[in-house]
Amino acid sequence: MTPPQGPLPGPSNGEPPSRRDAPARDAPAPGAPPQRERRSPDNPERLYILTGEDSERAPSTLVTLIVADGEAAPTAQPEHAAVLRLCRTPLSVAELSAYIALPFSVVTVVLTELLAAELVQARAPIVRSALPDRSLLEAVMHGLQKL
Amino acid sequence: MDYRSSKSTDTITGPRSEDVLPHTAAAAVKVVIVGGFGVGKTTMVGSVSEIRPLTTEETMTEAGIGVDDNYGSESKTATTVAMDFGRISISEELVLYLFGTPGQERFWFLWNGLFEGALGAVVLIDTRRLEVSFDVIGRLEERGVPFVVAVNDFPDAPQHPVETLRKALDLDLAVPIMACDARRRESSRDVLMTLMRYLHSLTVARV
Ligand SMILES: Nc1nc2c(ncn2[C@@H]2O[C@H](COP(=O)(O)OP(=O)(O)OP(=O)(O)O)[C@@H](O)[C@H]2O)c(=O)[nH]1
Ligand SMILES: [Mg+2]
Repeated sequence: MTPPQGPLPGPSNGEPPSRRDAPARDAPAPGAPPQRERRSPDNPERLYILTGEDSERAPSTLVTLIVADGEAAPTAQPEHAAVLRLCRTPLSVAELSAYIALPFSVVTVVLTELLAAELVQARAPIVRSALPDRSLLEAVMHGLQKL
Repeated sequence: MDYRSSKSTDTITGPRSEDVLPHTAAAAVKVVIVGGFGVGKTTMVGSVSEIRPLTTEETMTEAGIGVDDNYGSESKTATTVAMDFGRISISEELVLYLFGTPGQERFWFLWNGLFEGALGAVVLIDTRRLEVSFDVIGRLEERGVPFVVAVNDFPDAPQHPVETLRKALDLDLAVPIMACDARRRESSRDVLMTLMRYLHSLTVARV
C-alpha cells in the first residue's frame, strides 16, 4: 500500500481540505507519519496549586513589568525588600520569580501586597486581542530583524 | 508551605548589568514555544534570547494518575514544574518574552494566564516522534492561540513533504510549516518572524 499522497488536496485544487476530514486511520502505510486525532473532551485535570489561592484575582501576569516606586522600610519583609531592590529598573514578574527563586504564585502574592502599599507600579502587557494590532506586529518584526 | 524560612533573600542577585531593561520599557508581549518532550523548546529559547535563559518554577500537588516516574509511589505528591524563558528587546519601549512551556501540557495551567494574551505560539516537532506534539496542537486550537509549526532538524529524523505533515497534523492550509534548527539563532529568529508575518496576515484577512 502506498502512502495516501495521490492528488493531495493542495492550494491548486480549488476545494480547500476540511480540517476535520483526517485521512483513513486504519492500516497506515509504512513510513507514513502517525496521524493526529482530534482531541476528545479531557478528563478533568487533577492538579492543585499548593500556594497562591489569590492568583486568580492577581493583577500580574508573567510579563507584567514591575517597577519600584519606593524604598523598603527597614522593617520590611525580606521578600518585599528584595523585590523593591530588583525592580529599581523594570523587571517582568517571570524574571522576578527566576531571580528570587520563588514560585510565580508566591511572587504574585508578594506583588499584590506591594501594589496595595503603592510601593511598586505594574506596567500591564500588551495582549492579543480579537483583532491584533498590526503596528505592534510590525514593531516586533522590525525588532527581530535587528537580531 | 513556608517559603520564607527556606532561603535567605540577602544573597539574591538580580539581572547582570547588560540584562537590565531601560526605564523606558513600557510594555511586554509574549510568545509561547510548545511541543512534546525533548523537541527543542529550551534550545530555541536559549538561542534567540538576549539574556541568559531563566527559569520560573511552580509547585503543585497532584492526586491520582501517575506523575512522571519516581513520584509514583505516593498517592498525592508535591511536584515542582519549571518553565524556561528568554527575552528580546524590540525597542526602548517594547519587550518580547519567549516561554518554553513544560513538555507535559497538563502543567500549563500552573502559570495563570500563560496562553491568554500570547501573541501566538511556535509548535516544535520532531518527525521521529510526531505524536508527542499532537496534544499541544489540540490545546492551542481549543484556546484559539494562533501558531506556526517548526520542524526541528534532528539528524536521523524522517523527512516528510510539508503537505504530508500538514495532513498528519490535521492543520489548516494557512498554518505555516517550516524547517528549523533550534540551536541556531538566525533559524529560531526566522521562525518567530514567520509567526509574526502569519499573525499579520490574520489581521489583514479579518479586516
Ligand atoms: N540536531 C538537533 N538537535 C537539537 C535541535 N534542537 C534541540 N536539539 C537537541 O535536542 C535535545 C533536547 O532539546 P531541549 O531544548 O532540551 O528540548 P525541550 O523541548 O526543552 O525538552 P523538555 O523540556 O525536556 O521537554 C538537546 O540535546 C538539544 O541539543 C535541533 O534543531 N537539531
Ligand atoms: Mg526544556
